[in-house]
Amino acid sequence: MEYVSPEGLRLDGRRPMEMRQIRADIGVVAKADGSALFEMGNTKVIAAVYGPREVQNRSQQLNDSALVRCEYTMANFSTGDRMRKPKGDRRSTEISLVIRQTMEACIMTHLMPRSQVPLLHLGELFLHECVVCSFLSLVSLFFQIDIFVQVLQADGGTRSACINAASLALADAGIPMRDLVTSCSAGYLNSTPLLDLNYIEDSAGGADVTLGIMPKLDKVTLLQMDAKLSVETFENVMQLAIEGCKAVATYIREVLLENTKQLEYRRGI
Amino acid sequence: MRELQLSLNQTQKVRLQRALEKLESLSSKANSNASVTVADSIPVNYEDGLLKGHGTSEFNGEVVATVCGIVERVNKLVYVRALRARYKPEVGDIIVGRVIEVAPKRWRVEINYSHDAVLMLSSMNLPDGIQRRRTALDELNMRSIFEENDVICAEVRGFQHDGLHLQARSQKYGKLGRGQLLTVPSYLVKRRKQHFHNLENYGIDLIIGCNGFIWVGEHVQVTDDMVVDQVNKSEQDDAKPDENSFSPEYQEKNYTRQETRENICRAANAIRVLSTLGFNITVEVITETVDLSTSINVAIHEMLGSEFYVLVAEKESVRRSMTKKK
Repeated sequence: MEYVSPEGLRLDGRRPMEMRQIRADIGVVAKADGSALFEMGNTKVIAAVYGPREVQNRSQQLNDSALVRCEYTMANFSTGDRMRKPKGDRRSTEISLVIRQTMEACIMTHLMPRSQVPLLHLGELFLHECVVCSFLSLVSLFFQIDIFVQVLQADGGTRSACINAASLALADAGIPMRDLVTSCSAGYLNSTPLLDLNYIEDSAGGADVTLGIMPKLDKVTLLQMDAKLSVETFENVMQLAIEGCKAVATYIREVLLENTKQLEYRRGI
Repeated sequence: MRELQLSLNQTQKVRLQRALEKLESLSSKANSNASVTVADSIPVNYEDGLLKGHGTSEFNGEVVATVCGIVERVNKLVYVRALRARYKPEVGDIIVGRVIEVAPKRWRVEINYSHDAVLMLSSMNLPDGIQRRRTALDELNMRSIFEENDVICAEVRGFQHDGLHLQARSQKYGKLGRGQLLTVPSYLVKRRKQHFHNLENYGIDLIIGCNGFIWVGEHVQVTDDMVVDQVNKSEQDDAKPDENSFSPEYQEKNYTRQETRENICRAANAIRVLSTLGFNITVEVITETVDLSTSINVAIHEMLGSEFYVLVAEKESVRRSMTKKK
């Protein structure tokens, strides 16, 4: 099948290096501490963050950092024809794990170990001072952060959309993060590197590279590929994905800044 | 962007937008580009001994924000104040909470924090007002003071080894009855000197808890027995039945007038409108909103209609521009 026409257009009319339209919305779940809706073309994902809150399962608590949990689900109506198996299938377990690990890398979980945060509200300022150390054993509060992502509409790249949505929701919840994580996918079909694959391109059987980066720190937190590529091609594809991630990051920052400003002037401070 | 879930007609939309734009222009004059998002670098002039506070970290020698918020500078300290976060208790905060469990010698209280707070039997005044050791009998009678699902008001005492502790060592604290509990985002409530308010014209009490729980209830007379010494007090108690007792007979005997109940609902709706619009919630703003609703004869249920939202937003923009000019 021809995925890139001789004129250099893809099936949905995009250029190979063109992304789908992205749109983000903050504060879509009223009860959650932070929430976001993220759209990449026809892929639509909702994320809600609860926490930091008390650890629910005592056996999972960590002594030196907050516990991060993630649950990925696909709405049954998210895909056109097929009905996916309900929650608990291997695919969603795997994606939950991937998203959790990606977000864990950016959340400053060490700020919410069993003591410092609630104790005297010292924050990072005095973390290394020994004054605090004497209090350490006094307070035993354990924190957990829950991230729920649900795919409302799936059209390829749900993994990336989920990470972007989770990143926005975490920022909205006011959880300290090293950097925003943004994600984008890229593929290689008809010997052309393609940015941001949709479902048809995704299921074509070519390579599909999902990349998550922290744009400010310039670090990769997620890299997945499910086919073989030669090193040179891979570098090209990855470079393309990095560009995509950066474009997403620029947009996410705009949305967050707009939201912050709005919160600020509404409160009148 | 956080959008209002309201059905506005075209004129209302325009008016709301205009009011919000005015608010934006008012605030942006005061501090321009002080807001940052995650991983924005904060411009600092590198003097010696810069202190990095909350919401900041260091990367490649520059100060980087770790939360979305406003940059604040105090002498050498630079920190980012997050605009949206969970409630973080501080010692001395006045809070409203709900009892969720009666445990040995303590009540567990839900206060909108990540963990539940603890109110010890020993850290509250007994209804009889006498200072004494708490006996096993007191412990057995704990349910007569607070039961599960009671709404109470207390003060944050501090962090102990088993979590956040509360205290209620004055008559103004304790069980709240005959009113409404409202939940607003805690970041809309500012810490102030006064959190207990009595709106005399409406005959209602307002307790604006720092944790974002707001109590609107009928006015109750409070005699602060911290002032009155023990001997006097016990004499007083003999003379007249305790006004603050929450015994069921007393409550049944005492009937809330319809007017008061209407005022409670009016104030509650005013708070709902303000919190949906995301305005700071203070007693002044609440009274002004209630006054506005009565002055233009808006029925209580109509206060949650879109027209009133627009009016409140317009009023707020006028109010803020007035205070700016002063």
